[in-house]
Amino acid sequence: MNEIAPMEQFSEKPVVEACARAPVGLLAELTHRCPLQCPYCSNPLELDRVNSELTTEQWQDVMRQAADLGILQIHLSGGEPTVRKDLEDIVEVAAKVGLYTNLITAGVTLTRDRLKRLKELGLDHVQLSIQDVDDVNAEKISAYKNGLAKKREVGKWVREFDMPLTINAPIHRLNIENLPNIIEFAVEMGAGRIEVANIQYYAWALKNRAALMPTRAQVLKSAEIVEAAKERLKGVMVFDFVVPDYYAKTPKPCMGGWGRGVMNVTPQGRVLPCHASESVPGLVFDNVKDRPLADIWLNGQAFQKYRGTSWMKEPCRSCPRAEIDFGGCRCQAMAFTGDAANTDPACKLSPHHGAFVAAAEQESAEQTPPPFVYRRMAPAKAPAAE
Amino acid sequence: MSSDTTRTRVIVVPASKPALPTHIKLRHDPGRGRWHVLAPERVFEPDPIAIEILKRCDGVTSVEQIATDLAKDYNAPLQEILNDTISMLQELSDKGVVKAA
Repeated sequence: MNEIAPMEQFSEKPVVEACARAPVGLLAELTHRCPLQCPYCSNPLELDRVNSELTTEQWQDVMRQAADLGILQIHLSGGEPTVRKDLEDIVEVAAKVGLYTNLITAGVTLTRDRLKRLKELGLDHVQLSIQDVDDVNAEKISAYKNGLAKKREVGKWVREFDMPLTINAPIHRLNIENLPNIIEFAVEMGAGRIEVANIQYYAWALKNRAALMPTRAQVLKSAEIVEAAKERLKGVMVFDFVVPDYYAKTPKPCMGGWGRGVMNVTPQGRVLPCHASESVPGLVFDNVKDRPLADIWLNGQAFQKYRGTSWMKEPCRSCPRAEIDFGGCRCQAMAFTGDAANTDPACKLSPHHGAFVAAAEQESAEQTPPPFVYRRMAPAKAPAAE
Repeated sequence: MSSDTTRTRVIVVPASKPALPTHIKLRHDPGRGRWHVLAPERVFEPDPIAIEILKRCDGVTSVEQIATDLAKDYNAPLQEILNDTISMLQELSDKGVVKAA
């Protein structure tokens, strides 16, 4: 049976052609508000404010348009999606129009009653993130007290309501040595699936790269741990393992190819080919308030710009992997080489690859990493001074 | 996955009565003109035989009965169909897509 994995931006498998025309998944960033301050947050450095967020009705309309467009799965994310009091109203419509609904949550603001209600309204799946299974470390990473205890509770409710649970564990130098315990935690929680997701270095994570990057040896060891656990837990828990591409030889097929299977809607309603794409200059992001979702997907400038392979330069253009990895990640190419149309520096064919790998090796070898820059909203206004 | 299991791998045998867990959805997609299996953060595209097998996973019909039906429908040798059905269902059980009690 063929498998297409809309959220697995980093999987090696090419997206199945039959589904390339309509997106398979939509990541709905309902809000950028979050009680946690993880230094690897995938939200942009400049966060959308609460008063600029789409209304309930606007999000419900996005759900309807998504279903009409052929989207199969909706990933309700953030920030922390449960800080929106109207999450239930959005889930209700999403489920009614036939979307497979996935809640991506840190759990700490969720109550048992709300989860029960969400299940009744048709929520299909819960993905619960953890920072670490060590309380002190978890608190240090999230800058949030007693988060882990709350997450244990949330995990129990998910199972109590007989809902499927995924544990999402972002991995970096502060918790990579705890990986066996993290896997064990997921088993204990009754998770059917775990994402052992090495941090991908964009936005806040890029800012904190030197504090987060594990060594190559650590990554290799973690891969061995995952392989062994996968075999041991076959039929019990499904693994998704995302490696940090700084130590890879070929780039990840980011988003399964630009504008190919996935789209992202920001809290304000901007529609992006990927959550980090606002870091690429020269793109025009349409808003669901101004233009139908289907039109944006098919004709929007930002989607057309790097869709397919015709935008490629060498070495991508003549590369046999052009339609496998699509030249990797445009945002990473932009951040590291200054041109989003260059091949991703994670690719060994990139002239920037050596410097890219060296950065990771050097930073991860530092005995004392720099302190975290926590993910926070910028102060509302600073009228006088910068 | 739920409290009814002790978190060990389920081995699919001819007497197993497979079912789709409630969170796994076998759905026809009219826009694309094909069937999908919707699972947590996964979409599968079952081939025609897989669709026929999945449609019969009702928690009542045994694997052996499913294979017998298919052998008749496709005019194929039962043992071969049974082996293929078991291996497919085992794979899906390992992925959490079917519950083979």
